[in-house]
Amino acid sequence: MDATHKKYLRMNKLPHIWCPGCGDGTIMGSFIRAIDRLGYDKDDVAAVSGIGCSGRITGYLDFNTLHTTHGRALAFATGVKMAKPRLKVFVFMGDGDATAIGGNHLIHSCRRNIDITAIIFNNNIYGMTGGQYSPTTPRDKYATTAPYGTTDPHFDIAKLCIGAGASYVARGTSYHAKMLTDLIVAGAEHKGFSVIEIITHCPVNFGRRNELETPVDMLLWQKDHAVRMAKAEKMTADELADRFIIGELHKADIPEYVEEYDRLIERVQRGDTGRG
Amino acid sequence: MAKKNFGITVDRKICKSCGICVAFCPVSVFTTDHDDKAVVTYPEKCTGCRQCELLCPDYCIDVEEIAHG
Repeated sequence: MDATHKKYLRMNKLPHIWCPGCGDGTIMGSFIRAIDRLGYDKDDVAAVSGIGCSGRITGYLDFNTLHTTHGRALAFATGVKMAKPRLKVFVFMGDGDATAIGGNHLIHSCRRNIDITAIIFNNNIYGMTGGQYSPTTPRDKYATTAPYGTTDPHFDIAKLCIGAGASYVARGTSYHAKMLTDLIVAGAEHKGFSVIEIITHCPVNFGRRNELETPVDMLLWQKDHAVRMAKAEKMTADELADRFIIGELHKADIPEYVEEYDRLIERVQRGDTGRG
Repeated sequence: MAKKNFGITVDRKICKSCGICVAFCPVSVFTTDHDDKAVVTYPEKCTGCRQCELLCPDYCIDVEEIAHG
């Protein structure tokens, strides 16, 4: 393990409990390299997570960390950011955490455009609880609760967040590790609510039931199905049908929530209630 | 220009035998042992791309350039 990893990890908590070949470890590595590049002091970073395999990350990262209840990581993070706006707040959620039980927190954080970076580990399954299908399990895929295949269409997390008003939305994969670091850096530097959806792999609970037996098979699938933005623009809808686009998908310059809230307080304390 | 040499180490205690480094090394530096753990068999082939370091979920691989004496 190199010095960069050692600097940002709680070494007494390692090795981590994630399964052999799990994408969560690769993502944590990309995140560590992003923080190192950004040059943030460890005390200026707050990492917040919910429940699920991804939630374990706050046990390993050596920042101000908060491991919260299922789906509520963004609610806790909103409190952290409002109380201490100087902190760089990162929220780690799984697909179940972010789009099922925490779906409302996600869309309203997007709408508010609060300066938080949300990192969503999308492995298409509830991994920790034994492989139940999640809102992002694609149609006709198998899960413990869908032994004959799922019938519901899946959420496109990036599109959902763009629609809900997030001002920075990107999609990466656990295979494209260098690109993921770039996306996390860009998301952290963006003022406003940044979402980085990461297509990651759960070989044990998703791959094994869907003809992608090993971590290597799953990473090869990502390599074959991910299309960079520039290339996607030259492809037809048919060619893109079973693929997904990676890179920066959306960026907008809109007012940030904490700044707007401070402006409101300042205005009212001045005696201007806005009622003329 | 002389070819750069790299020293690669695998921390066997942390390796979980996932096989990612073995599969994705573009020049096949790694093989596996009886526990399917990664073994550095052909370090002379290493080009220093660090794909193994980047993808290893357990951070058990280190690649370092060896200075020419």
